[in-house]
Amino acid sequence: MKKDIILAGVGGQGILSIAAVIDRAALNNKLHFKQAEVHGMSQRGGDVQSHLRISSDIIYSDLISQGCADLILAVEPLEALRYLPFLSNSGWVVSALTPYNNIAYYPDDNSIRNALNKLPRKLLVEAEKIAREQGSSKTSNMVMLGAAAHLTGLSNASLEDAITWLFERKGEEIVSQNLAAFRAGLQAGKNQN
Amino acid sequence: MDNLLLLGDEAIAQGGIDAGMSGIYAYPGTPSTEITEYVQNSHEAIQKGIHSSWSANEKTAYEAALGMSYAGKRSMVCMKHVGLNVAADAFMNSAITGVHGGMVVVVADDPGMHSSQNEQDSRFYARFAYIPALEPANQQEAYNAVHYAFDLSEQTGLPVMIRLTTRISHSRSGVIRTQNRNQNTLSPFNQSKRFILLPANARRQYNSLLEKQPGLEEISNHSSLNYLVEGDNLKMGIVAFGIAFNYVMEIRVRHQLQYPVMKIGQYPLPRTMLTKFFEKHESIMIVEEGYPVYEELLRGYFNNEKNILGRLDGTLPRTGELNPDYLAKALKIDLPPALPPSEILQPRPPMLCQGCSHRDVYEALNEAIRNDERHVFSDIGCYTLGALQPFESISTCVDMGASVTMAKGAADAGLRPAVAVIGDSTFTHSGMTGLLDAVNDQSPITVIISDNSTTGMTGGQHSSGEGKYIAICKALGVEENHIRVMNPLKVHYAENVKIFQEEFAYEGVSVIIAQRECIQTLAKKKKKAK
Ligand code: SF4
Repeated sequence: MKKDIILAGVGGQGILSIAAVIDRAALNNKLHFKQAEVHGMSQRGGDVQSHLRISSDIIYSDLISQGCADLILAVEPLEALRYLPFLSNSGWVVSALTPYNNIAYYPDDNSIRNALNKLPRKLLVEAEKIAREQGSSKTSNMVMLGAAAHLTGLSNASLEDAITWLFERKGEEIVSQNLAAFRAGLQAGKNQN
Repeated sequence: MDNLLLLGDEAIAQGGIDAGMSGIYAYPGTPSTEITEYVQNSHEAIQKGIHSSWSANEKTAYEAALGMSYAGKRSMVCMKHVGLNVAADAFMNSAITGVHGGMVVVVADDPGMHSSQNEQDSRFYARFAYIPALEPANQQEAYNAVHYAFDLSEQTGLPVMIRLTTRISHSRSGVIRTQNRNQNTLSPFNQSKRFILLPANARRQYNSLLEKQPGLEEISNHSSLNYLVEGDNLKMGIVAFGIAFNYVMEIRVRHQLQYPVMKIGQYPLPRTMLTKFFEKHESIMIVEEGYPVYEELLRGYFNNEKNILGRLDGTLPRTGELNPDYLAKALKIDLPPALPPSEILQPRPPMLCQGCSHRDVYEALNEAIRNDERHVFSDIGCYTLGALQPFESISTCVDMGASVTMAKGAADAGLRPAVAVIGDSTFTHSGMTGLLDAVNDQSPITVIISDNSTTGMTGGQHSSGEGKYIAICKALGVEENHIRVMNPLKVHYAENVKIFQEEFAYEGVSVIIAQRECIQTLAKKKKKAK
């Protein structure tokens, strides 16, 4: 088993929480993993990404090579497009559809959707809407994790355990909100397949 | 023992806690900040009474760690690469005094300049000072290296550097804890004049430092951080340093290459090991993250007699961070086909948060100075983003504290108005001394301290001058009626523009303290209070 995943989004959108969940699930499953993330200045509304690698064998590089990612998981559609050169020829793009428009030349909605629709294997999710239906738009990131869960190589149960572990400190309500978002995401992923 | 999920930085911190460290000193700087933060948030560290707090700058941090070592206890000091420039005076001389309790200097370099002004290589500094340096390749090695570094430091009586780079500092993996050592007992060093660097002592000490070098090299020859990965293809041998080893092995395993690899993670270089390795191969590829520090040295060791490939001959790029793709190209392996970058892609640079006080400072400042007169000297912090649209307010950003002194120089040359923008944390880091120079010379400058009560850029660490800025400026000799305080909010816009204009017109030193807390730390505090 080996999965190379690129997580993409804008600073503050919660991709590091997605990473933490996957890391924890991988650790609990005694898999090897490495997860390189971006800290510092770029978090101020700039693009952020994390290279996340899981494998049953030893992993050397902290960075994923060009053309080798099995999955690009993006919580923002323009950010999904930023990492296309990393995608392998059997790789998937799973992206949220709600734009985060904080730059002067943000492309229009249609051209982004066209670019995403042209990809051979993609799954496009109205993450924010689904998250809001579950009670909090803040959990879009967990909706996205749910939608991509079947592509991570990890079981839903171990991802749910890791979600519980991550949010435990913040109280039961936050845990159940995030679990609900994750499950709604699972459903959204299924509906499109 | 436990298997923890840690960033490289956090592995260093946990290593320190478990290796009996008594104190950690630092000034925040990406990518090193998380080391000290981890210790500060660790219940274990608090229980063990490990001292941890942010210092005013890297030099004060370094000297405090040296003092703790003098007292016989194990200490750690952490900084980013450019921070070592600030601490360099103490750093170089600590190699001459040597240390008593183990002292570990952690320096996180930032090749590729993800969040820095340059990409200098701290391994140069370790060579410069003649001290041992370790360069772990992964999180577990980082954790283990701390234990080893403290022992090595006490064994050799020298500070030991651990060099990280961004990609190990900010990469997460599982780490197994190995031991939990008690702290040293207090045992101040008072047997000789070693710590008194008067010339006579210093000369003796310098000789003894040089005498230690062959021993340090010998230790490297047996270090577990340096080892050989065997292979059948003797056409080429690869020497891989620190994290570069990961990229070499990634490509080697993926493409089943048989080149032997010599992994190096401890300096000074293990010359015996390397000589044996060199003799076996027709050519040698040298792969290191950062400058070609050891590539240059090795060419010298071996008189350039072999075909030596690396950063100097263009086999690998001369600048920037390494990655597996560069290694693949260097080893003449085709990269897998890739999709072209999307045509509609736009860059998304970082920006000041909506509601940030620096925004209001720059808006009022822009109004107060006409465009053609706008030469604003700025500094390093979130407010450096005032260089970008929509503000484009600032003309310089060189090093910490340089805004004040560059404005002084420009004012001395006749530039009016000469305006410096500096953050509260940067001001106490290295702006205060420059302000004293300006006061002494009566240079007509205006210093704007954009005080948001925190070190915002690195995520909101404590800022050491909090609540003391007026007192500091007064004490440095700034006239009381030219120390102005403003609240950078839209409602005070007109008033603030006027304050700026009045002080810009003043032919002397003035300081404007624009005080409003960073909205990020404010939000965090509110959350905590709930
Ligand atoms: S983190 Fe604070 S100081 Fe930095 S841009 Fe945001 S509000 Fe301003």
